[in-house]
Amino acid sequence: MKIMTCPINGPRAITEFAYGGEIRPMPDPAAASDDQWADYVFNRNGAPGVKQEWWCHTPSNTWFVAERDTERDAILRTYLYTGEA
Amino acid sequence: MPWRLLRFALAQKHPEPRMFTRHDELKSAYDVVIIGAGGHGLAAAYYLARDHGITNVCVLEKGYIGGGNTGRNTTIIRSNYLTPEGVKFYDESVRLWQDLSQDFDLNLFYSNRGHFTLAHTDAAMRTSRWRAEVNKHYGIESEVVGPDFVKKAAPMIDLSCGGHAPIMGGLYHAPGAVARHDAVAWGYGRGADMRGVEIHQRTEVTGIDVVGGKVTGVQTSRGRIATNKVLCAVAGSTPRILKMIDVRTPLYIHPLQAMVSEPVKPWLDPILVSGSLHIYISQSSRGELVMGASLDPYEVHSTRSTLDFPEGLSAHMLDMFPFLSNVKVMRQWAGMADMTPDFAPIMGKTPVEGFYLDAGWGTWGFKATPVCGKTMSWTVANDRNHELITGFTLDRFRDYALTGEKGAASVGH
Repeated sequence: MKIMTCPINGPRAITEFAYGGEIRPMPDPAAASDDQWADYVFNRNGAPGVKQEWWCHTPSNTWFVAERDTERDAILRTYLYTGEA
Repeated sequence: MPWRLLRFALAQKHPEPRMFTRHDELKSAYDVVIIGAGGHGLAAAYYLARDHGITNVCVLEKGYIGGGNTGRNTTIIRSNYLTPEGVKFYDESVRLWQDLSQDFDLNLFYSNRGHFTLAHTDAAMRTSRWRAEVNKHYGIESEVVGPDFVKKAAPMIDLSCGGHAPIMGGLYHAPGAVARHDAVAWGYGRGADMRGVEIHQRTEVTGIDVVGGKVTGVQTSRGRIATNKVLCAVAGSTPRILKMIDVRTPLYIHPLQAMVSEPVKPWLDPILVSGSLHIYISQSSRGELVMGASLDPYEVHSTRSTLDFPEGLSAHMLDMFPFLSNVKVMRQWAGMADMTPDFAPIMGKTPVEGFYLDAGWGTWGFKATPVCGKTMSWTVANDRNHELITGFTLDRFRDYALTGEKGAASVGH
């Protein structure tokens, strides 16, 4: 079983966590053009690499950030979100 | 003994290629370069050569022929999709499948079994009825059946599923079939090879040259090739290639795992799929049970497997077939599935002129191999999207005009 470290609850089994996708800055909905908005809604950075992602420890409903290497499936760091990305 | 075998005894070197011609050198230019020697890429090469007379074609493969998702899927072929675009497209594919063995002079072990999508809830029954009506409208054999019909086709099934999720009925698709997946890549590969297409294995694409919005060449681990047309058919590696030409897509990569049991006597004729239990199962011509489940729940760019997977899948298998408790799991593996938000593929032209995409085949690409080859080769030859793929273009996301195929994905992803 793979282990992930929740910043609040410590190391737990990966099955207790839900993946929330890569952190992506949202364009201003009022100012963005249709194309920019479609790009934000649909397009993703699907290439491998080290990514900052949203994860949730579901039993305690703790949302936090995990830095993960998607090619090696290695969790490098987890921390609570502080302010703007 | 056939006389031609004498040549093998007399010749110093092996007198003919066993399956594929070996090309020691890349040429400096080709009319078309296809990235990815899986089923889709090789099928496109085959139809380019056979139907369009374009034979100055090179297929580049980082690994070996059919070593990606072509050799990692659970070999199911069906056409009972949900949208009119999907139904027409996959139906053409099923028709092409049926005479491929003759076309290739190679036994694909195409085996017509019948395909059940089992429903354990009212909602699943409702989707079954909807799919059956769409399918029938387009002349595809597809009907809603009750539990008795399921029991008759698969007598070993526990219809109550251990009391957890009783089977209320399902969607029955008589043309559902399985085929030997490696042979599909080999058949298309050999057919293309015999017509002059060059297949270069262990040749990685490292860059794509684009000048003024047009493709001019491909950089590889064995040198540069000049070309004006590139077809990208690399499934889980698609985002890596697209990064080289700065094209953004909704594609994201999740692993899809599968496993086979040890071989047992034939007892399961049809292909069974259960969305609620997240499993699909068929018995191969070797007697192994071929089993799959849903996608891994987060993004990974490798083909690693996990122990959680056989554990969870086996538990659901035993709900449906309790007598399998002593059967052993023999192998497990994973493939990188390139997923789209609407569960339909991304095919055709891209913003870069001369760059054609065949991607987003996630968990449903094997069955579409022949028709993808046909339509993509037409698209590359004519520089215009084939009419069967106009619902699958990359533009649909920019235009907020998605092709919702989620209801027909084999298990709830």
